[in-house]
Amino acid sequence: MAARIVPAKRDPIRPAPANPIVISIDGDPVAGIEGQTIAGVVLASGRLAWRRTSVDGRPRGLFCGIGVCFDCIVTVNGERDVRACQRRAGDGDVVSSQHDELPEAAR
Amino acid sequence: MTAATPARGPGPVPTPAGAAAGARSVLVVGAGPAGLAAARAARERGASVVLLDASDATGGQYWRHLPDSRPSANERVLHHGWSTYRSLHEELERDPGCETVLGAQVWAIERADAPGTAAPVAVHVLVGPPDGSRRVGRTFRPDALVLAIGAHDRTLPFPGWDLPGVFTAGAAQAFAKGERVALGERVVVAGAGPFLLPVAASVAATGAKVLGVYEAGRVKGLVRGWLPKPWQLIGAAKKGGELAGYVGTHLRHRIPYVTGRAVIAAHGTDRVEAVTIASVDADWAPIPGTERRVETDSVCVSHGFTPRLELPIAAGCDLTADRFVRVDEGQQTSVPGVYAAGEITGIGGVDAALAEGEIAGHVASGGSARDTDLAEAIGARRTFTGFAARIEAAHGIRRGWTGWLEDDTIVCRCEEVPYGRLRETREATCGSGLRSMKLTTRAGLGICQGRVCGRTVEELLGGAASDPAASAPAASAPAASGPAASVTTDRRPIASPLRIGELAAGPDLTRSSTTSNVQKGHP
Repeated sequence: MAARIVPAKRDPIRPAPANPIVISIDGDPVAGIEGQTIAGVVLASGRLAWRRTSVDGRPRGLFCGIGVCFDCIVTVNGERDVRACQRRAGDGDVVSSQHDELPEAAR
Repeated sequence: MTAATPARGPGPVPTPAGAAAGARSVLVVGAGPAGLAAARAARERGASVVLLDASDATGGQYWRHLPDSRPSANERVLHHGWSTYRSLHEELERDPGCETVLGAQVWAIERADAPGTAAPVAVHVLVGPPDGSRRVGRTFRPDALVLAIGAHDRTLPFPGWDLPGVFTAGAAQAFAKGERVALGERVVVAGAGPFLLPVAASVAATGAKVLGVYEAGRVKGLVRGWLPKPWQLIGAAKKGGELAGYVGTHLRHRIPYVTGRAVIAAHGTDRVEAVTIASVDADWAPIPGTERRVETDSVCVSHGFTPRLELPIAAGCDLTADRFVRVDEGQQTSVPGVYAAGEITGIGGVDAALAEGEIAGHVASGGSARDTDLAEAIGARRTFTGFAARIEAAHGIRRGWTGWLEDDTIVCRCEEVPYGRLRETREATCGSGLRSMKLTTRAGLGICQGRVCGRTVEELLGGAASDPAASAPAASAPAASGPAASVTTDRRPIASPLRIGELAAGPDLTRSSTTSNVQKGHP
């Protein structure tokens, strides 16, 4: 019941063997394939949401998939607000999810 | 802070090594079908071309594909016109007169308003990994600019559309084609428009089960538009062939294609578990008593497209009444030297984009729309742009959709603004002034810069949706002629979010255009 990468053996495009990478997501090591976006790696690991909204604390993950909506933003190697659907995952990347509380005055 | 680089700051478009010295410089923004065709046509006329794309590959959303690090034997089965793409890409790649800059995010366009200014605009770009903090700034002042930046999905809000597992249809396709990732196992595809068909085909090609394609348009409208024999109706054998291919895919995978239905709610606590699908009338208003619940783990919904207008608006281009970029027969906008091609001039599909791109590139590099070598492209444009009107007639957003909103339905995803707050604000202020209502509600003011909800907020806060007499599709917002009315959400002077440090390190936008003009020039 989750997103998954198409198994190479069943893929009609007949992919060549892929280069494995490992990134860390909130401290957990997660395996991916070189060339995947961070969103691709995270989704294929079974995670559907990786951000909490500021007002209602609701879970969010991928929505538009093409860099328009900014729902999927994460912190990558200390750099905030990176669109996970646009940034390619690099071996060893340290990814953390974001939950930004509103300043008190805005509540 | 980024160290200064020779490429930053004022200066002409660096002439790619292979272009003749003194050649006309053409900057093409967007390397999808229209931009690739424009770049090739400009090179055929000897122009010095720089082709930019924000992504790290050419092809655009239409030919979104796996990265070079993931080669495969038969990727073409996922695409239409793959050989057209490969030949465009390879031709430009080996051409030393075309410099392709990938990872290039245009964040501002400065108009050259001063009389006698030669370069029509200055285009400010950051080059590097998406949202990286160490991107390198470049500024281009080309003789001609071709904007081929395309469109993105427009998804109307419905209760639960903010749940994880609800995606735009474009996301499903991008991840199927660009990553070989299936976003779910039991997938509902819904919304409006012929684009839903290739999306369902892409999802099916990941091995996921497509439970159905639910098209809000009614059968009568579709027959009038392009079904059931689109190739006859639009007189375009190629487009018909493409659609026939999708229909064949649906038959093979036994995907139900149902019209006059809409996903009116998604259900679940922390992720989507089911949707409610209802029949809708010709105005897209849900018909009570027709609701049906369908268990699903992935919902892909798009109701149309929104052209990316912030760059043409920044360049000063006029828009049409239905809010696309207005162009003449040579694809030139109202701003001399600035051209537009592809979906920002109308949602016409890949063949229209290729033809428009070729015309734009040809004319931008000094040719004429009447040149005989453009005859084929002019004919193709005539054939395929009719498609845009038919899509709008059959699938255009109808105002009855607001009938599926609840007061607590999130409209602006970034700022988490519910419909009830928009409705109350509109009632309290008698619908005066989009700008002040946006500031009051915060709708459309989040990090996506109103790209997702902007037009929806305009319609809900007044505009087209408040005009009960209008029978035109709600997507046709109030006429904006002249450089787009400042009240629309399409206007974004900073075209893409950037970091304060990058802004501090980047070109000084306060510099006068006269100064820019002095600094323009070719060796």
